[in-house]
Amino acid sequence: MGIRGATPMATTTEQAPDAGGGFRLSQLWYDTRYRSYTFQLIALVLLILAFAWLINNAFNNPVLQEAGISFEFLGAPAGYDINQQPIPYTSQDTHLRATVIGAINTLIVAFLACVTATVFGVIAGVLRLSKNWIVSKLMAVYVEMFRNIPVLIWILIIFTVAANVFPAMADFRIPRDGSDPTRTPVLGMFAFTNQGVFIPRLTFDGQGWLFLAIFAASVLGVFGWRRYARNELYSKGREVPVWWPSLLILFVPVIVAQFALGQPVGLENPEMGRFRFDGGFLLRPSLIALWFALSIYTGAFIAENVRAGILAVSKGQTEAAAALGLRPGRIMSLVVLPQALRVIIPPLISQYLNITKNTSLAIAVGYMDLTGTLGGITLNQTGRALECILLLMAFYLSFSLAISAIMNVYNRSVALKER
Amino acid sequence: MQKTVFLGTLAAAVGTAGFALADAHEGSTLAQVQERGSLNCGVTTGVPGFAEPDADGVWQGFDVAVCRAVAAAVLGDPNAVTFVPTTGKTRFTALASGEIDMLARNTTWTFSRDTDLSFDFVGVNYYDGQGFMVPADLGVSSATELDGATVCIQTGTTTELNLADFFRVNGMSYEPVPIETGAEAVQQYLAGACDVYTTDRSALAAQRAGFEDPDASVILPEVVSKEPLGPLVRHGDNEWGDIVRWTLNALISAEELGITQGNVEEMAASAGDNPEINRILGTEGDLAAMVGLEADAFKNAIAAVGNYGEVFDTNIGESTAIGLARGLNAQYTDGGLIYSPPFR
Amino acid sequence: MSDAHAHSVAFVRESEIPPAPPPARETGAVKWMRENLFSGVFNTIMTVLALIVVVYLLSGVIPWIVNGTWEGGDIRECRAILMGNGGGCFAVIAERWPQLLFGFEYPADLRWRPTVAFLLLFVAVPPALFPMYLPRWSLALTGLYPFVAFWLIWGGSILKPLVALAGVALGYAAYKVVEKRGFVLALAVGVVAAAIAWWLLGTVAGEFPRVLRLEAVESRNLGGFMLNMILGVVCVSLSLPLGIVLALGRQSRLPFIKYACVIFIEFVRGVPLITLLFVANVVLAFFLPPESNLDLIVRVVIMITMFSAAYIAEVIRGGLAALPRGQYEAADSLGLDYAQAMRLIILPQALKISIPGIVNVAVGLFKDTTLVSVISMFDLVGMIRGPILSSTDWAGVYWELWAFACVLFFVVCYGISQYSQWLERQLATDHR
Repeated sequence: MGIRGATPMATTTEQAPDAGGGFRLSQLWYDTRYRSYTFQLIALVLLILAFAWLINNAFNNPVLQEAGISFEFLGAPAGYDINQQPIPYTSQDTHLRATVIGAINTLIVAFLACVTATVFGVIAGVLRLSKNWIVSKLMAVYVEMFRNIPVLIWILIIFTVAANVFPAMADFRIPRDGSDPTRTPVLGMFAFTNQGVFIPRLTFDGQGWLFLAIFAASVLGVFGWRRYARNELYSKGREVPVWWPSLLILFVPVIVAQFALGQPVGLENPEMGRFRFDGGFLLRPSLIALWFALSIYTGAFIAENVRAGILAVSKGQTEAAAALGLRPGRIMSLVVLPQALRVIIPPLISQYLNITKNTSLAIAVGYMDLTGTLGGITLNQTGRALECILLLMAFYLSFSLAISAIMNVYNRSVALKER
Repeated sequence: MQKTVFLGTLAAAVGTAGFALADAHEGSTLAQVQERGSLNCGVTTGVPGFAEPDADGVWQGFDVAVCRAVAAAVLGDPNAVTFVPTTGKTRFTALASGEIDMLARNTTWTFSRDTDLSFDFVGVNYYDGQGFMVPADLGVSSATELDGATVCIQTGTTTELNLADFFRVNGMSYEPVPIETGAEAVQQYLAGACDVYTTDRSALAAQRAGFEDPDASVILPEVVSKEPLGPLVRHGDNEWGDIVRWTLNALISAEELGITQGNVEEMAASAGDNPEINRILGTEGDLAAMVGLEADAFKNAIAAVGNYGEVFDTNIGESTAIGLARGLNAQYTDGGLIYSPPFR
Repeated sequence: MSDAHAHSVAFVRESEIPPAPPPARETGAVKWMRENLFSGVFNTIMTVLALIVVVYLLSGVIPWIVNGTWEGGDIRECRAILMGNGGGCFAVIAERWPQLLFGFEYPADLRWRPTVAFLLLFVAVPPALFPMYLPRWSLALTGLYPFVAFWLIWGGSILKPLVALAGVALGYAAYKVVEKRGFVLALAVGVVAAAIAWWLLGTVAGEFPRVLRLEAVESRNLGGFMLNMILGVVCVSLSLPLGIVLALGRQSRLPFIKYACVIFIEFVRGVPLITLLFVANVVLAFFLPPESNLDLIVRVVIMITMFSAAYIAEVIRGGLAALPRGQYEAADSLGLDYAQAMRLIILPQALKISIPGIVNVAVGLFKDTTLVSVISMFDLVGMIRGPILSSTDWAGVYWELWAFACVLFFVVCYGISQYSQWLERQLATDHR
């Protein structure tokens, strides 16, 4: 711990340089001007020696000597199949493409989990402050229970439930004697099976792009209308209805387009095939386990952040708003939450980072995220452990650093608004 | 002035560090094992019959016997083995980094493992092939009917690649469910979370034997790959590779020549009529010394675990719960592929 | 009319009537329920929904526990006993608890040793946790504990931990002797003295491997919840000093040391723990000499310690930053040098502020020790996923096993976090 000076304010005892005495070796230790260099130098030497020792060992390792370090395997055919493919992929594609698929899958589950964790967290956090005794206690139990049990256990429990408690796929199959299957999908659309949850998929045919364009225009229209209404209110004092025109703008053009264009958008329901449902969209048990477990686990942490954020807004704010005659709901949305958000958002972002890092637990349930493809199968099949783990770390590190950078910008912008 | 001092000493520091790089260490695996007094042998985390700790925590099995034979040959004590359980992911790095001296773990001999990964396969102790197991009530009698099925695979194995090739070549699709260990794959299969479980046929038979109702599952007739399983060592230490290779060959030759665990001591007591037996048991010539071992090294190996046939029969043979037939793994004299080069 | 009325009154109350009790709906449970549960339409709906959830959960859990059985040698016997009454098959815990707690390879007749070590934890930890209530000498118990626990869990001759202890003691003595001449020098002398003591005494002790010998147990035979506890306790205790050093390094004015610490902390915090465990499992061995043969558990301890040290460093950095600048200036104006200022003024206050944060990191770390099951170590989760659920006897008994794991972790983690909250209140000396 021999480090000189901790704060910008710490003052060094400046000594007058020896009058013409030149540099003596003892000054390296006793003169504070040089001592810092001595310490840094010692630290540097130790660090270099440590690294040299590690790298030396690696150089002397017979297998590393033989195989070397090379990233060429990324260009070779991967040879294995991936079940969840956000972009097209066959086993003849390269390891690089498999890696990219893994990265996309990581981001997919991270994004889904962030959204639902926020929903769970905000609901639980607000309800925990509710005056309703039973509701607040229930939320307290939820938060404490999930915060104090490892997320890996939750992932595995939900995975076990998905594989064992959901109805067997065999029940949905058409028996060989041609009789009716024991179970059929709910509403003909949703099938909860132990091989995953099958849901309908949106299909777009030829003019689907036109439909999407109309939908996008409607969304813009809604924003435009709200802006218009606010301008009217602020400049002329005229209240313009917002809700029902918004709904009209959002839905009428789309419905008209759907019929006018000859139903370009359809729902594709899951249909039973020989072994499982064809068509529709499959949420695999691994995705469900990871998504749901990360959501409820991190939701419990977010609930605590939300609660702390709301409690951090002083009571006078609520009372002042009430004195102005605002209703409780509007007090929350116009006065309390905007101020609480400033406290909530920094820890919220770090929870999002935690979710992203925890998605690497996918490997426990076989979800094909980056740890499953690059850090799992590619590593196993090519044996290039060092290279794969370096790439894996580089991905997570750059993602985390990017989020941290955005976070710093946000913090600065929030700080600017303060006095 | 300050800067010069700083830079000067920095240069000195880098120079010092350079010296650290200069010395490299040497030491053959054989010397390390003998110095340590025990053999570090990589095995699976548990496949019934091949490598599994029994109720007392003692490792038993077909692959384990190879480890014990090598330990008996090198150290004279079949119990001087430290078993290191490895998964599909850790096995190669454990061997490459020197954590284990040899790997005897249902590992398929392939080109890239032998060359690119820099290992040496010393032989084959079990000729296997990949198969499929399905529930009997699925009504499937051939793997070519599996289009669209959900398949559980153990990741990090060659089975994963063979599976992809098999379905691609046959123009079929499937839903892979990758799972880390064989035990968990079996759980998923039994829960119905996948329709098919694929791995080496020997392992399928072993797992099926442990099911509550073995008849509810059938192993499909197709064999979709060649899986020569054998022990392997690091590339580069050829002396050590020779020791493991010829210990395995000694077990194989012993069966061919009729040396058994029961009669090996008697046969080794004095030189007999068959010169090859004499050479193996060290009563004639000095073959063992050529690989740096004591003269009775191979005798110790056979005395410790028995010959190849005995190892097979006690661990995975037809009299055991696993109940595998010799098949391809019979001696070449019985129409199998098991064949040892001569001890000469 | 009014006059007449006044005279026609037949009765005038002359004494005060005793106050009537408030109306029934304004008192007791009824009032409480009306105000807390049914104060509005929305609130009533929430109450009903919450009650439905509670009833649903309890209707599943209570029969499961009440009807559960602790008898039976395998799942089939267990199911036969239960006869489908919805009870849990807790027999698996009755039969396999030693494996769940100690792993399947820890020798059965030696299980008392980790148990004693665990119980001693309750003697050793309080002096560190409740320093304000216990005499100062009791801290020595905490200091002795690591050596005793090591001897109990791993076994071997008692000389090994004794030598380690003697080395530490000698190092400390040497440090005390030279302390007056400067902290850095004293630290260096202490370390050198300890190293010499270890070397000398270690050589001597190596000659007597049988003194007070407990049967040795290999690291790879540790498992079950014991492994989680060992990893948690060891890594937290090791990462605390490392975290302090890193936090101070990050605050340092010396650019080289500062950036080395910043890079280390940001790197470790930016990657998931699982990738660090992969490093421990498959890569670290490349960077160590082949003959070093570090156990997997040691490599894992190294990586987890690095991981938690980075997080603890950030917590302590927060504590350092929260101190008023005047404290630093006061220390400087007293003429204290850096080491003295830190040791006597800054760190005691900064650590006090950081304790709740450190405890949070510790709880998180303890939960994260379950990740070692991914790299094929048989901790509690690894035992459940591997040997127990895959055995033909107990395949399919998952609720009971996971519930057991949940209870163990919940008790420990909730206990620690309650302690941290208590401590926070105790340490709140700022009279807000």
